[in-house]
Amino acid sequence: MKRKVFQVFPKIPTGIEGLDEVTGGGLPKGRPTLVCGSAGCGKTLFAIQFLAKGISDYNEPGVFMSFEETREDLAQNVKSLGIDLEKLVRDKKLRIDHVKIERSEIEETGEYDLEALFIRLNHAIDSIGAKRVVLDTIESIFGGVDNTATLRSEIRRLFLWLKEKGVTAVITGEQGEKTLTRQGLEEYVSDCVILLDFRVIDQIATRRLRIVKYRGSTHGTNEYPFLIDETGISVLPITSLKLEHRISGKIISTGLTEMDALFKKGGIYKGSSMLVTGSAGTAKTILASYFALSSCRRKEQTLFFSFEESPEQLVRNMQSVGIDFTPFIKSKLLHIYSSRPSLQGLEMHLLQLHKHIRRHSPQTVIIDPISSLVTAGTLSEVRDMLVRLIDLLKTNTINAFFNALTHDTGTEEKGLVINAVSSLADIWIDMENEKENNHRVRAFRIVKSRGMGHETESQRFTIDNGGIHLLKTRIKQQAATNLTQYQ
Amino acid sequence: MVKEQRTELRLYIAGQTPKSITALKNINKYCREHLDGKYHIEVIDLLKNPQLAEGDQIFAIPTLVRKVPEPIRKIIGDLSNEEKVLVGLNIRKVTAGKMHYEKRH
Repeated sequence: MKRKVFQVFPKIPTGIEGLDEVTGGGLPKGRPTLVCGSAGCGKTLFAIQFLAKGISDYNEPGVFMSFEETREDLAQNVKSLGIDLEKLVRDKKLRIDHVKIERSEIEETGEYDLEALFIRLNHAIDSIGAKRVVLDTIESIFGGVDNTATLRSEIRRLFLWLKEKGVTAVITGEQGEKTLTRQGLEEYVSDCVILLDFRVIDQIATRRLRIVKYRGSTHGTNEYPFLIDETGISVLPITSLKLEHRISGKIISTGLTEMDALFKKGGIYKGSSMLVTGSAGTAKTILASYFALSSCRRKEQTLFFSFEESPEQLVRNMQSVGIDFTPFIKSKLLHIYSSRPSLQGLEMHLLQLHKHIRRHSPQTVIIDPISSLVTAGTLSEVRDMLVRLIDLLKTNTINAFFNALTHDTGTEEKGLVINAVSSLADIWIDMENEKENNHRVRAFRIVKSRGMGHETESQRFTIDNGGIHLLKTRIKQQAATNLTQYQ
Repeated sequence: MVKEQRTELRLYIAGQTPKSITALKNINKYCREHLDGKYHIEVIDLLKNPQLAEGDQIFAIPTLVRKVPEPIRKIIGDLSNEEKVLVGLNIRKVTAGKMHYEKRH
């Protein structure tokens, strides 16, 4: 009989956010994976998370064989991530075996093998029925004894043994000068090799992950940024850049009834992305707040990323124009996050956005302003990031609202943001301050609106403590007064 | 007269492998020749008692552990080099001549 499908190596999910997407399902099941990188790159954390998630999410007990840190140190280090190793040990879901090799108390004479290590590991695996195993960092053993030839052949045997045992193993290794690991372990682990990297670019620390090899599986060869925060490691997958988004014909409000009326269908399409540009003080944030408010009124989860104001400041300032966020914050519909753009690299910002989006699965996301992020990256990076971000929002049919600060004097920066976002945005509104008889006249104009007719005229408006009010143009105003007169 | 301390040794093996048998043969011989009966060798087969490997931090087979006198010393391998084993265990070598002299008294 003809086989229809090629047998693909089975995989098991790591539970590490983003990694399973990048690897197309996780690590090779029942095979060893080598995770390497320089000191402090997050190898041990990767390994612990692999075990902890295996226990909590997939009910797969795990064995952690540590060649470096003691059990107490390990437990202490991951406590801040909400992982209670001691409890997992008490529940017989985890076994930690610290292999301590004290060179000063060891002599070598004659032939030996590492059979005792196999026995220890086997005993640990069998005692709790472990499916996942970590060896962190087995290369330390080379510092403890002299007979490297024996060690090499024994480590090779150990990897084969792990495979025979059918456990999914993560073996960590310190990066060497010219090799992936100091002792060339990558030669022995042929199934999957993952490299973690930690570097500082423009004084901003960036962590990256790369899948060097994954036998029998397709995988992204890109470097994926990853983040270590209070929930552990999360990897940022580069989402597909195909234009295959689900679209919606539903119309939603911009939050400002008078503005809705300027669109032919009385609002904007759900899941569209809206860009608002303008110089300082053109009421961009107010417009964003209206957008947030309308989303909250529809009982939708709303995320507001504020890169210029703290949440409290934003709430207070919006109260002055009659927008009250407090009930929606209390009812957990509105989530405001603030951070300084220069706090971290662009990718890290994107990753943070990703995480929050994943956590809340919002229907509306507001970024105020997106141009702040430009300060955190280079031209191509900004464009890349925005494409990825908008792509993420689009694939999830999330209403997106971006503010972009532009300067009246046409700087390069202005061009950059507009170039990057405007072609991706479905709706573009430009805000402006006109000078007229020593007065500042506020106005906005709909530059484009994909798939929907719109008013092209510039709309003047005022702001008072009741919010934004559109001024009717003179002719319309005249018509309106005429109408009242004849009534 | 200083009371000489008994030497307590443990030999960890994993089944009757040639390396383990050689190690046991070697250590028995060295003790017989140099410790004058003041010793005890316990052989632990990890295939039978795998849980005992962790306690003494055993990773290689065979491993000889000197428990007493302290500090703990470990010698891994088949113990084929007598010099090294004796130095490692801090055992004073008894030469044939000396032994003869001691026996006469």
